[in-house]
Amino acid sequence: MSGGHASSLAPGQRHNGDADPRRRFVGARVTRLEDPPLVRGQGTYVGNLGFPNQLHMRVVRSPVAHGVLRSIDTSAAREHPGCRGVWTGQDVADIPPITFRPTSVQGLEPYRQYILARDRVRYIGEPVAVVFAADPYVAEDIADLVTMDIEALPVLLSADAPPGEFAPGHSTEAGVLRKQFGDVDAAFREAHEVVEVDVRVGRHSGVPMEPRGALARHDHSRDVIELYGAGKRPHAHRDAVAALLGRSPVGMHFYEGHIGGGFGVRGEIYPEDVLVCLAALRLGRPVKWIEDRRENLLACNHSREQHHVVRAALDRDARILAIDAKLWHDQGAYIRTHGARVPDMAMGTLIGGYHVPAYRAVGHIRLTNKTPAATYRSPGRFESTYACERLMDAVAERFGLSPIEVRRRNLIRRDQYPYPRPMEILDHPVELDSGDFPRLLDRTLEHLRWDDLQAEIARRRDAGECVGVGMGFFMEKSGLGPVDGAKVNVDTRGKVQVVTGSSSIGQGVETVMAQICADALGVDYADVKVIHGRTDMIDYGIGAHASRATVMTGGATRMAALNVRRKALEFAAAHMIEAPIEVLDIVDGKVVRTDRPGEPGIPLGRVAAALAPSPEVVAFGIPGLTAEGWFETAGLTHPYGIHTAVVKVDPDTGGVTVERFHVAYDIGCAINPMLVEGQIVGGVAQGLGGALLEEFVYDERGEPLSVTFADYLMPTAREMPPVEVLLTEDAPSPNNALGMKGAGEAGITGVGAAIAAAIDDAIGKPGAIRELPVTPQRLRAILAGRPAGA
Amino acid sequence: MTPRIDITLNVNGSDHDIRVEPRRTLADALRQDCGLTGTNVGCEHGVCGACTVLLDGEPVRSCLMFAVQAQGRRLRTVEGLANAEGLHPLQQAFTDHHALQCGYCTPGFLMLAVGTLERHPDIDDESLREVLSSNLCRCTGYQNILRAVRAVRDSRRLAREDAR
Repeated sequence: MSGGHASSLAPGQRHNGDADPRRRFVGARVTRLEDPPLVRGQGTYVGNLGFPNQLHMRVVRSPVAHGVLRSIDTSAAREHPGCRGVWTGQDVADIPPITFRPTSVQGLEPYRQYILARDRVRYIGEPVAVVFAADPYVAEDIADLVTMDIEALPVLLSADAPPGEFAPGHSTEAGVLRKQFGDVDAAFREAHEVVEVDVRVGRHSGVPMEPRGALARHDHSRDVIELYGAGKRPHAHRDAVAALLGRSPVGMHFYEGHIGGGFGVRGEIYPEDVLVCLAALRLGRPVKWIEDRRENLLACNHSREQHHVVRAALDRDARILAIDAKLWHDQGAYIRTHGARVPDMAMGTLIGGYHVPAYRAVGHIRLTNKTPAATYRSPGRFESTYACERLMDAVAERFGLSPIEVRRRNLIRRDQYPYPRPMEILDHPVELDSGDFPRLLDRTLEHLRWDDLQAEIARRRDAGECVGVGMGFFMEKSGLGPVDGAKVNVDTRGKVQVVTGSSSIGQGVETVMAQICADALGVDYADVKVIHGRTDMIDYGIGAHASRATVMTGGATRMAALNVRRKALEFAAAHMIEAPIEVLDIVDGKVVRTDRPGEPGIPLGRVAAALAPSPEVVAFGIPGLTAEGWFETAGLTHPYGIHTAVVKVDPDTGGVTVERFHVAYDIGCAINPMLVEGQIVGGVAQGLGGALLEEFVYDERGEPLSVTFADYLMPTAREMPPVEVLLTEDAPSPNNALGMKGAGEAGITGVGAAIAAAIDDAIGKPGAIRELPVTPQRLRAILAGRPAGA
Repeated sequence: MTPRIDITLNVNGSDHDIRVEPRRTLADALRQDCGLTGTNVGCEHGVCGACTVLLDGEPVRSCLMFAVQAQGRRLRTVEGLANAEGLHPLQQAFTDHHALQCGYCTPGFLMLAVGTLERHPDIDDESLREVLSSNLCRCTGYQNILRAVRAVRDSRRLAREDAR
């Protein structure tokens, strides 16, 4: 099968070796193929699925944040007539703790979570026991009958407090990450100025509208455990769960239906996913588990909570000589499947799109008695962008320059790409592939009518209003390689099926893959059906996370479609049309002669039928109008953007109204601009939540206080400002043929930074915002000159 | 286990004879007992609105009602919107305006919008935003949901004016 692409092209240059025949669907705002069943209420969310004779599982969770688990009394639960089983940690003692992804970070193993707590509980909400019943209401009744004796231990609720004991011999500091290049100490010695910020991001998370759920059954006829409700990384997680259960991967398959929002948290391996598989195996009946919202807010991955102290060494012109960052990452109670990825990415991306000659980052991964934390859309980057941009704003203040001028002096120039940084992110070397940040800044200012905006803000301030504008610049990363594959086949009616190992979490992956396939093959995108999240239909897959799918799976889909195209043309030229292949093309699903425009073509379905197995076909090649395609890439792609917020502050209430939000984003090549804008606007909403509203608050005993939607506040239509999106394609990635870069996280990365800067500007106190979310209480404290949080 | 009682739910014009515990929520009865899984459950405490259905034409949270309370009332769910001729205009508008991503909140938003436009066909933009702020969406940022509903309101208004 055909290989991938080299990545050694000059910046901005498109790889043209495999140019698509034409562009009709790539770049078009076509409506989504996903929508018809969803608007009709025909979604296949796991809660909608079921098998005959299924049991429902209910989890009994720890009511204590930290303690020794002395005993669990399950006798009353067992006596309930509806009880079909009760398990505690003893019943699953043969199952190892949940693994994390391969990483070079050492020493994390002792901090993994068992599927049911053993001798200690470490957060409120930790699974301690499970009960099974035929009816979910009854399962809940039975769960209430399980009681436990827990001897409380002191709780640790802060990542920057002195570490405590996780378990005998293991500190709550699970590890310290370090990244460095250049002579940082020398730069600080020689600096004209040193500027430091001390900033925090609060604990919040993805909180998809669909709570987690899973449905497992053991198909005895094939001896296969099937898990429905998978997502994000079905192949990797199938392998991991199979290993935990001591099964061969071929004895387990994951099935992804519709998923009610991903955002990084959905589709990870949670204790409950392993438990339903184990229960299906042991109890011999299908087992379903659907959490309620309280459980979701208690037990689904949290994210973001991080404290940063970052300082910059600057020359006399406010040019950065070095950046030195220390951060404390609140990991919660256990290391989950992502391992150390969040602080690793925070440290790897903190210096954004700036030319930084020397950099050092030290990240402390600290465990606390709170819900385990992991990835949430733009993991690490929302936090680090906020920290870096707070620093750049502080530099501007120190030098008496405008925030824009400080950026201009420090942004990487177009001619500096590809821009290597001698460090790694997620064990991959960093080379920023392409970009033109100064141009995006120019375009942003023009699009915003910057001078008019400034004049209007000045006029409103004179009239007594508390308004301000702030910006957040960010460098994203996407398209993590190295390889992905796809299969494309055309059936005898000309319908096309693309089998991917990707995952659909609501982002529109079916439509995007169909668009890419349609242009590469020469068919209508509506005739392309895209399969995802099925480990039984393709051997490998990368899922959907970290803005990888469009670049990697899109690249593979395109390769497979081009291979099918070539196969159709070669076979038609040899056996169906007496014409040289050079004059053949595929247009609207038909093989046509370009030298005889009026002639009717041969539908691809007929080519597929002619490719049915026969001695003649086998002599030609592999039967069927089908092919695989593999895409490989050496490096990440790096889209980049600028967020601009205009806010109004009510000094009496501390309330912040976001009046306007602008996102400028260079994506290299937008496959479907409508979907890209949808990703961006949705990301902005989540970012505003994390900047202004959303926070998992705990009391001093580790009791979570944000366990309903009345306490954990997410933006509604009322809080959302109009969001303007300026999508540019100035810097296509040289790492793939279409120049694509990812879109999934562009809307959220710079929101915290822009909102903090805008509020500073509105209240006329540079550097005042040091902690997100900027709740009314915090802002009132700042306005009153009290310490934040008081 | 509490004794179950027999009730009849009228949903989308069809009667469903079901036997439920008194504590069974309307959302669960629709989903589990009537087999109408289009109505999604997002929070079970009446905040997110994913489970919104129409009860005698009025949008209600089906997680906050018991099934027994809906007896004798006319219920409408997302499954009743499309007909033999095709999608309901709001379903089409949600597609055209990219007003959904994961689709989980969509049935609730559709029923909220259908109920609102039927009762207030001339609702102004600000009131519409206020009404739609009663449901949560985590994917779209609401902008396209507002656009879709406004588009249907405006096209119906034009159609009414043309008919005069």
